[in-house]
Amino acid sequence: MAWTDKEPMVSIRDVHKSFGALEVLKGVSLDVMKGEVICIIGPSGSGKSTLIRCVNALNDIQSGSIKVEGQEVNDPHLNKLELRKKVGMVFQQYNLFPHKNALENIMMAPLLVLKDNKVEVEKLARSLIKKVRLEGKEESYPGELSGGQQQRVAIARSLAMNPDVMLFDEVTAALDPETVNEVLLTIKELAQDGMTCILVTHEMGFAKEVADHIYFTDRGVIVEHGPPTEFFEQAKDPRTIEFLGQIL
Amino acid sequence: MEVFFEWFRVLYDETGINLPFLYDSYDRNRMVDGFFMTVKLSIVCLFFSVVIGVVGAWLQNSPLKWTRRIVNVYIQLFRNTPPLVQLYFFYFAISSLMPTVDNGFGGQQPMLGGFAWAAISLSFFAGAYNVEIFRAGIEAVPNSTIEAAEALGFSRLTTYVYITLPLAFRVALPSLNNNLVNLVKTTTLAYAIAVPEMLYEANQIWSDNVNVTEMMIFLLLIYFALVGVLVWGMNSWERKLKIPGFGN
Repeated sequence: MAWTDKEPMVSIRDVHKSFGALEVLKGVSLDVMKGEVICIIGPSGSGKSTLIRCVNALNDIQSGSIKVEGQEVNDPHLNKLELRKKVGMVFQQYNLFPHKNALENIMMAPLLVLKDNKVEVEKLARSLIKKVRLEGKEESYPGELSGGQQQRVAIARSLAMNPDVMLFDEVTAALDPETVNEVLLTIKELAQDGMTCILVTHEMGFAKEVADHIYFTDRGVIVEHGPPTEFFEQAKDPRTIEFLGQIL
Repeated sequence: MEVFFEWFRVLYDETGINLPFLYDSYDRNRMVDGFFMTVKLSIVCLFFSVVIGVVGAWLQNSPLKWTRRIVNVYIQLFRNTPPLVQLYFFYFAISSLMPTVDNGFGGQQPMLGGFAWAAISLSFFAGAYNVEIFRAGIEAVPNSTIEAAEALGFSRLTTYVYITLPLAFRVALPSLNNNLVNLVKTTTLAYAIAVPEMLYEANQIWSDNVNVTEMMIFLLLIYFALVGVLVWGMNSWERKLKIPGFGN
């Protein structure tokens, strides 16, 4: 049966993931509807990053189900290319291709993976550069850009594949404080445009502002979740309260 | 030009410094042929040894155990044996096991001549080092960069060709430079199987003219110049490939 946008765009069910003997996800379930922005927060080592890495199959899972637009990710015959066309990902360390300038970084995947027309791709890339407010930096190499600028190129690079859902893995954690905002602003605009986003973040203020739903994970399970106002003001679980107490 | 050449005949008459490859057109042609034979052999070996290095490093990361093993055996075999022994092995052992062909005069001759065997043998010899050099380069490419390509939907081969290799190449270039310099110098071994390269032709000339001292000095200088050109080329290539903000 074909997937429709009445169903969750990303549906995670009872996911278990181990690295060797270490179980990092112990039965996680959550749903993300089209256009929804969810934030996953929690102490380090709680499995947040692992969870979103599993969504685009950068990590495999031992059991459970992850569906993206109805496509099962936990499947040995998974068509990874189809999955990755739907799911964009932005990393903590930007991971730009250092030997390509900003524009080329953005153009590479549409050219090499989608085999799109070069003129069209360049037009798209230039419009994305504009969208992330980096006009004039087209010819700059990653090494010549600040962390915040690199991260915005990385966001544009992901967007160039026209994904349906974007994964953000602690994208501001490696940034200087003054450049954090420019990246958050870009993400916020993206969310306002209706992009489905799953964010792993430590930026509580930001989470409160943009998220439709917040999940708090600790030691491989979702401890508590809810809409931001409810979550931040009426947390019930002692672990959540302790965590929020340390952060806020 | 003739005046210039004749000057060396005068030099010989006056001082006894005998450079027949300058004033004697027969010896001059031998020397020129030898020089170009060395250049030709060097270029062929440079090309194939780099190809072997790139392909070998790719196969070394193969998921197939036996592919990796074969590459490793190849490396060990060619690194741990003297290049002269390898050359003899190809020229005398392998060649004698191969079918012969009609030489056009009713006789039989080996399928491949000295030049072909020298090219094959020296390419494999330098190639073994190149595999290791490229492997070191590949290992220097951060896994996270590869992962970013993967997340964008790049196939393994596309990632290797467009991301891994260009980055690895830049890291490997100084060591590659070294090995290719060695390779050009090692082409003199082809002398041992009568490939008429520069050392061989020089030997012919000093046998006829008994001017060993002059020929030895000349050889030293001409190889110094020849390798100098290669080093200069490689260095300017290295500078050209330098990415702003990457490395150092």
